[in-house]
Amino acid sequence: MTGSDAMARCLQKEGVEVIFGYTGAAIASFYESLERETQIRQVLVRMEQSAAHMASGYARISGKVGVCSVTSGPGATNLLTGIATAFADSIPLVCITGQVNSDMIGSDVFQEADIIGAAESFVKYSYLVRRVQEIPQIFKEAFHIANTGRKGPVLIDVPQDVQEAALSRFSYPEEVHLRSYKPTVKGNTVQIRKVITELSRAERPILCVGGGVFSSGAVEIIRDFAHRFELPVVSTMMGIGVMPSEDPLYFGMVGNNGEGIANLAMNDADLLLMVGARVADRAVNRPDLITENKVLVHIDVDPAEIGKNVGPTIPLVGDIAHIFRELLNEESIAKVPVNHSAWLNDLYNDKSKFKVKTQSSDPAFVEPAAFYDALSRLMDDDAVFVADVGQNQIWSCRYIRVRSGRFLTSGGMGTMGYAIPAAIGAQMAAPDRQVIAVCGDGGFAMSMAELAAMRQEKAGIKIVVLNNRRLGMVREYQHYHLHDSRAMVVLEGEPDLSLLAKAYDLPYVRIDGKSALDRELNVFLREHDAAILEVMIDPDANTPH
Amino acid sequence: MNKIYSVLVENRSGVLSKVAGLFSRRSFNIDSLVVGETDDRAVSCMTIVSSGDERTLEQIEKQLNKKIDVIKVKTFDEHAAVARELMLIKVRYNKSNRRDIMENCEIMHAQIVNISKSMMLIQICDEPENIRTFIAMMKSVSIVEIARTGTVALPKCAD
Repeated sequence: MTGSDAMARCLQKEGVEVIFGYTGAAIASFYESLERETQIRQVLVRMEQSAAHMASGYARISGKVGVCSVTSGPGATNLLTGIATAFADSIPLVCITGQVNSDMIGSDVFQEADIIGAAESFVKYSYLVRRVQEIPQIFKEAFHIANTGRKGPVLIDVPQDVQEAALSRFSYPEEVHLRSYKPTVKGNTVQIRKVITELSRAERPILCVGGGVFSSGAVEIIRDFAHRFELPVVSTMMGIGVMPSEDPLYFGMVGNNGEGIANLAMNDADLLLMVGARVADRAVNRPDLITENKVLVHIDVDPAEIGKNVGPTIPLVGDIAHIFRELLNEESIAKVPVNHSAWLNDLYNDKSKFKVKTQSSDPAFVEPAAFYDALSRLMDDDAVFVADVGQNQIWSCRYIRVRSGRFLTSGGMGTMGYAIPAAIGAQMAAPDRQVIAVCGDGGFAMSMAELAAMRQEKAGIKIVVLNNRRLGMVREYQHYHLHDSRAMVVLEGEPDLSLLAKAYDLPYVRIDGKSALDRELNVFLREHDAAILEVMIDPDANTPH
Repeated sequence: MNKIYSVLVENRSGVLSKVAGLFSRRSFNIDSLVVGETDDRAVSCMTIVSSGDERTLEQIEKQLNKKIDVIKVKTFDEHAAVARELMLIKVRYNKSNRRDIMENCEIMHAQIVNISKSMMLIQICDEPENIRTFIAMMKSVSIVEIARTGTVALPKCAD
């Protein structure tokens, strides 16, 4: 048995079903072993960055660790943005890179890059495999680290000679013993009791949920908790979908690009339970002011997030699902009022004041709000919706209505070109669900190489391109802050998408201001296979403020 | 404000750069960083002195704890610790100042450990503040070169 065979066995032992990647001399031996030794599906991407995004989409829908693997040097450096994207959103990945022969490391040979060094600040952990015997232990640890505590990407860099070296005996460890890594799961009982005291005292309590709720698998318990105590809920961008969008207790996304009512509700609350959210700049404008008029309870699995941007009144470290179970098991929970109708009624009254003015755009174009309204009505209840980055992301956050489905996007890093590969990965985790990727014409151009991977894998994702012939988010920024400049934001020379669709043998639907929106959208969504929908958007359309 | 972090880490290659990289990545100051093996060869002890506001100093401890190669972090103030630094300082001397230098060495418990016709090499091991004082004293003489270890520290004994 070789090192590569052992690596393949490790993935098998971990229950890996699919690997996303791109081969090359320094990783070919591993892929050969994987094909010979296992049934693991190999998905050949067209650019390495997409391998990490696909693994991310897969991980977020399957709840398992996403695995990707690329070759040394440029393969590995191309993967970096994908790793950083996963790190920013705490997505569990194991990323395997080939490396040049051990005795060549450091001599700048062909396709050598210090990927461990380059990736250090955005991996949860990394390994350079020096001896073939270390492979089982390292893989076992890598999967454990990626998928526990605050989840995140782990990098394993394997020199070619280690992959090819002989290993006489393979035994996969049953358990991991890392003396320096013991994430807190259980919440501190004293702190939990303090939270209940505050809850029973509060007149205007609110929950703000983030992506950590999904990582912890705590969606159901959070929904139950909110309903049991009639707590209004707001979310960060990563927390969209924790509550169904139309749940009467849900008031939308907070932040600069969020709902006015959501921000007002968070500001007016006298008790804020921040759950699995970072209190980052995009969600909370002035974190230093947040505790001025309220008690802040910050619940997160990562102690370093608590107090990083805002000093909480009650810090509570642990796994969210675990902590909420503990909260509900406390005797004193009985003292918490289950009715907050006065506070809710205030919010419902205020909500009507925040009606977004629909911009009257050129009738030749589709109004974004109207488009998302139709899409929300017509898409499947359990659809996986993946938003790219740019104006399309903000419109998606504001207008899409999630029911029993999921909302995915690159929240922390804001990586353009995330939606299509992530949707392909998501589709592999849920072959029977409708998966919709929405991107702008900019993000589409960055990721359209993956249409080939999508075809090769017969992934039936529905791709929506909001075409405004602009890098709209920056155009809008320049409109407000840089003298309405059009520098570097005009997209010309883009391909005719109907011809492009034809080139990939994909159905194509185009919607402009004169189209029968529902009918065309239905045609697109009912396509059995993958399809492209081009939606013509006013180049001067702005996001709601 | 200053803090001393005594950090036990796995004695593996790359750990120093991971810890140092954390400081630069998050714009934390490193006033000094010393690393050496402990009685257990698998474990090294890093002594890091850093400065910043309260929130930064707390973040440093939390971010250090997040590093998977970090086994334990102890944070303390200089006054709660025994802190020492070793310095070698080479000075140029002449007949007129030779006596002064030797007297200063005596006052500061520094030793002359190597000498030539025009230069002497002085060793001093003391609290960081006294090292700074000694450098200031030697500035009136001609300093040729200096090598300092940086601060090592352990919390004071408590039963």
